[in-house]
Amino acid sequence: MKICFTSKGTTLDSLTEERFGRAPYFIIIESDKGSFEAIQNPYADSAGGVGPKAAQLLIAKEVKALISGQVGGNAREVLAAAGITMYTVHAGGSVKDAFDQFTKNTLEQSL
Amino acid sequence: MKLAIASGKGGTGKSMVAANLAFTLSRTEQVTLVDCDVEEPNLHLFFPAPATTTEVTVPVPVVDENTCQHCGLCGEFCQYGAITVLSDRVLFFPELCHSCGGCTLVCPNDAIHEEPKRIGTTTISTPLPNLKLISGRLDTGNPHAVPIIRAAKNLASEDPVVIHDTAPGTSCPVVETLDGCDACILVTESTPFGLHDLRLAVDVAGRLGIPAGIVINRSDGNDKATLEFCTDHDLEVMMTIPFEREIAAIQCRGDLLCRVRPEWQNAFIALYVKCSTLAGG
Repeated sequence: MKICFTSKGTTLDSLTEERFGRAPYFIIIESDKGSFEAIQNPYADSAGGVGPKAAQLLIAKEVKALISGQVGGNAREVLAAAGITMYTVHAGGSVKDAFDQFTKNTLEQSL
Repeated sequence: MKLAIASGKGGTGKSMVAANLAFTLSRTEQVTLVDCDVEEPNLHLFFPAPATTTEVTVPVPVVDENTCQHCGLCGEFCQYGAITVLSDRVLFFPELCHSCGGCTLVCPNDAIHEEPKRIGTTTISTPLPNLKLISGRLDTGNPHAVPIIRAAKNLASEDPVVIHDTAPGTSCPVVETLDGCDACILVTESTPFGLHDLRLAVDVAGRLGIPAGIVINRSDGNDKATLEFCTDHDLEVMMTIPFEREIAAIQCRGDLLCRVRPEWQNAFIALYVKCSTLAGG
């Protein structure tokens, strides 16, 4: 299963990013394989509509869960319609920490 | 003669200058006043009169889900994120749509057509025999002011003397209003904020190639920094309105300086003459 984390950098030690549509990077962990890829967010500096555009990107990548800070209304609508579950992670920790919390099921689902 | 009154900083007195200029000119000639501050139009407060209202609409896409193959081309094309295509349906966010029509053009299945969506209104009234007032008004919650401004300006396109009152700032609504004008008046106040935003407004007018002149409002007599800026940038200070309690009181009553104190009319006629010179040069 593919899980996406909004991140400030390109490694698992990078800090998580609170914003979704304007996150610098998306780190997608393939939990079954234990592999990951970092994608630079092409919409990070766009003028508007970044939420739905970034959501569309995750849909294309067949992501099933998103771990981020704040997800805006439009993006939320797209992600929910695509069946992507959203979880909230608090700022200050690494992507790896967030992944550990996700696997221990201690992250709060954001509805 | 198409004139715009802009400022950069809000609250410097654009509407005050626009209303008094239009009032004064209308005593001798036909004038059209266009309120292009469509998020907060206020000129009708100075000129109450029965008005005719027309809806302003923009085209937005409607997807026929039976014809749509969910190929995703429309969503890829849309630069504003207004269309998201899922495997089984299409999500549309009307507040993100800029009505460019691109989605209907790229759809290979002709599954998208456009329908009008109301975003606001224009009103026309004749509060004085020689004065036509046109006001654009954006519906609450709608983000796109430009189509309303365009509609309001179009209603005055054939008129001989048109005074446009712009929104504050220097973004799209101001650019749309200034576009096509022969000259603009930049109203400022002698404060650090006033000067800061005047610089931005002068820059915008310059880039649009529209000659600009300055009106200093609420002057306490200490306008040194503003005057220096104007000298440095070859801008004429066409009028200075003093900081006076009585002027503020007239304005706050919804009355007009030039109606209550007719001696001011000559100053506004002189302002108009200077604007004509600006436009001609």
